[in-house]
Amino acid sequence: MAGAAPYDSEQSAHGDSASGYDPNYVPDSVKSFVVHMYRQIREKNVYEIHQMYETSFQSISDRFFKDAPWPSVDAVATYVDNDHVFCLLYREMWFRHLYARLSPTLKQRIDSWDNYCNLFQVVLHGVVNMQLPNQWLWDMVDEFVYQFQSFCQYRAKMKNKTEQEIALLRQYDQAWNVYGVLNYLQALVEKSSIIQILEQEKEGLEQFTATDGYDYSGGSNVLKVLGYFSMIGLLRVHCLLGDYHTGLKCILPIDITQQGVYTSVIGSHITTIYHYGFANLMLRRYTEAIREFNKILLYIFKTKQYHQKSPQYEQILKKNEQMYALLAVTLSLCPQVKLVEETVNSQLREKYGEKMLRMQRYDDEAFALYDELFSYACPKFITPSAPSYEEPLVNYNQDAYRLQLKLFLYEVKQQQLLSGIRTFLNVYSTISIAKLASYMEVDEHTLRTILMTYKHKMQSVDSDGKIVSNMDTNFYIDDDMVHVVESKSPKKYGDYFMRQIVKLEGIMTDIDRIKLE
Amino acid sequence: MGREMTNQKPQSEMSYTVEQLVSVNPYNPDILPDLENYVNEQVSSQTYSSNANLCLLRLYQFEPERMSTQIVARILIKALMAMPAPDFSLCLFLIPERVQMEDQFKTLIVLSHYLETARFRQFWDEAAKSRHILEVVPGFEQAIQAYAIHVLSITYQKVPRSVLAEATNIEGLVLDKFIEHHITNSGWAIEKNQNKGQLIIFPHNEFNNPELKKSAADGIPLENITRILPILG
Repeated sequence: MAGAAPYDSEQSAHGDSASGYDPNYVPDSVKSFVVHMYRQIREKNVYEIHQMYETSFQSISDRFFKDAPWPSVDAVATYVDNDHVFCLLYREMWFRHLYARLSPTLKQRIDSWDNYCNLFQVVLHGVVNMQLPNQWLWDMVDEFVYQFQSFCQYRAKMKNKTEQEIALLRQYDQAWNVYGVLNYLQALVEKSSIIQILEQEKEGLEQFTATDGYDYSGGSNVLKVLGYFSMIGLLRVHCLLGDYHTGLKCILPIDITQQGVYTSVIGSHITTIYHYGFANLMLRRYTEAIREFNKILLYIFKTKQYHQKSPQYEQILKKNEQMYALLAVTLSLCPQVKLVEETVNSQLREKYGEKMLRMQRYDDEAFALYDELFSYACPKFITPSAPSYEEPLVNYNQDAYRLQLKLFLYEVKQQQLLSGIRTFLNVYSTISIAKLASYMEVDEHTLRTILMTYKHKMQSVDSDGKIVSNMDTNFYIDDDMVHVVESKSPKKYGDYFMRQIVKLEGIMTDIDRIKLE
Repeated sequence: MGREMTNQKPQSEMSYTVEQLVSVNPYNPDILPDLENYVNEQVSSQTYSSNANLCLLRLYQFEPERMSTQIVARILIKALMAMPAPDFSLCLFLIPERVQMEDQFKTLIVLSHYLETARFRQFWDEAAKSRHILEVVPGFEQAIQAYAIHVLSITYQKVPRSVLAEATNIEGLVLDKFIEHHITNSGWAIEKNQNKGQLIIFPHNEFNNPELKKSAADGIPLENITRILPILG
């Protein structure tokens, strides 16, 4: 394990208020915290560990470490038998707290990377015998990816880097290296055999989802659950790199139409669907994106009150707002309003009703709005490669984002003429090419290309290679006549009858229960 | 994903190992030369692997000094040939902006734009001017013609001959033979329209004949029925 870095000297170099910070001072509450946490982990009391991790850690942080780091791991090690694994876990929490409340220095970023490497290596060697709460395991993966993203952003701002920083960057070029990050996540997925476990679960040969990933036969849940969450970690990293196709492949083993371990922690649920939806939007699978955004936004609406006290509450609200923005964008490109639930629709109209109307006009103002919403809601894209330290120092941290935005707006522009078509198709059941062309003020040849573009753009290719339609209003052409086909959602008689059957059964059961006096 | 190449050869020894590498150990700088060779094999044997090519573009993203613009150009041409799959966009997401500004890539992006917006006349004009870029990849013309037919067949039940001619860039006797071939093999038919021009009739599919789609949506999944079996029983 890396030796204790002189945190206090880095701290004062950074100029924050922790000039009084003594890494070796251990307040009583911290001492009792680590002693108890250590014991709970040894005794595998997952519920207690969760309480301490979620609640106690937060309240102690709020009281003593509002803007200072926790005591150094060396100072607390004596209270926990110098247990190697506990120290790694403590350090993981230590760095996460630092990133949340303060600004990490380059050396601290590198040390945190080292700690993750050590921690994951211990887990991958299969020697860990603990049961940890899913919340904590999710936070590890989530934070790992977040710190990677943060490092790439930091490294790309070369303009004001000191000689010392550049020297450190060159020396520790393995820290937060993109290969390293991806390979650790991949290793966790593979070593845990999580993909096979999920497969076998479908055939009833394994229990994983049913126990929320916990092991009730005396074993450890850590490797399996870390492997599971790493699939979501990979989705997130690939989205940050602009590789949406591969990102979606990484979570194929998870069935997002069902509950699963990913829904057991709200942070993981939201992160999964946010990135899934975003990737589908960029792949033009609009209907799929709308469906999933709709579901999660409804879920958040119903359950956010229960998370008001949790440390994740702010993040939940932020992602909620971003997904409304993404939904507004997606619906403007593909107006399948029928797929959006009542509650979500009214929220959406409140937040973005006006903007959506303007976006569908496809004029200059519309493009500015697409730009605004995309920029607000998109992931923080990164450039994964290290800079060439020879070239003049510039900031290139915006490059990746600018490319994705540019390509997205390019796609929007290609769909510019389609909303005009929709208006007319909603009015006519048949119309000749000549007439429609004159209404739209284009020549017939151009109209034919617009109609073909509409058909092409409103289709997408799903993950199995099948062509899927995203169309709301459908049509076909017969020589020089356009025939519009209204896609009425078929009356769901079957569904209706089933619900009434179940309801009637319920009423009859209730009546049976009434005893006549 | 992408179109089936009608003259696709069975996978060679090399392609089998590369596919394995990509699925088992994709985040590995050492496989870069294998992936580059695989691109060249795809070009010469008229096969296609979107996964392997995306993997290579990713590695180029991680180590920009090792990027070969020649290979990237070939990947992009292959991706164009895979339309209507969005492979071309998928590739662009991974290629740095300054590379996309180079002339040959600007041309390819323009060609993609024409195809995405069904502007076939402009496409074939531009393609003729860019023969030197495109001729390195055999099968290009046929692949684009297949895409053109795809777009026509999801839009039209009956299409005028002139529209077909423009979309596929074929005319006269060659077009006659082309249509004959599809009548025999793809279920096309022909008839005359009022102006005595030729109309080509495509077989019905769920996109040009929406009635075919509706019938699927009325079904109820079996799992839902099982919920009420105890009640009915």
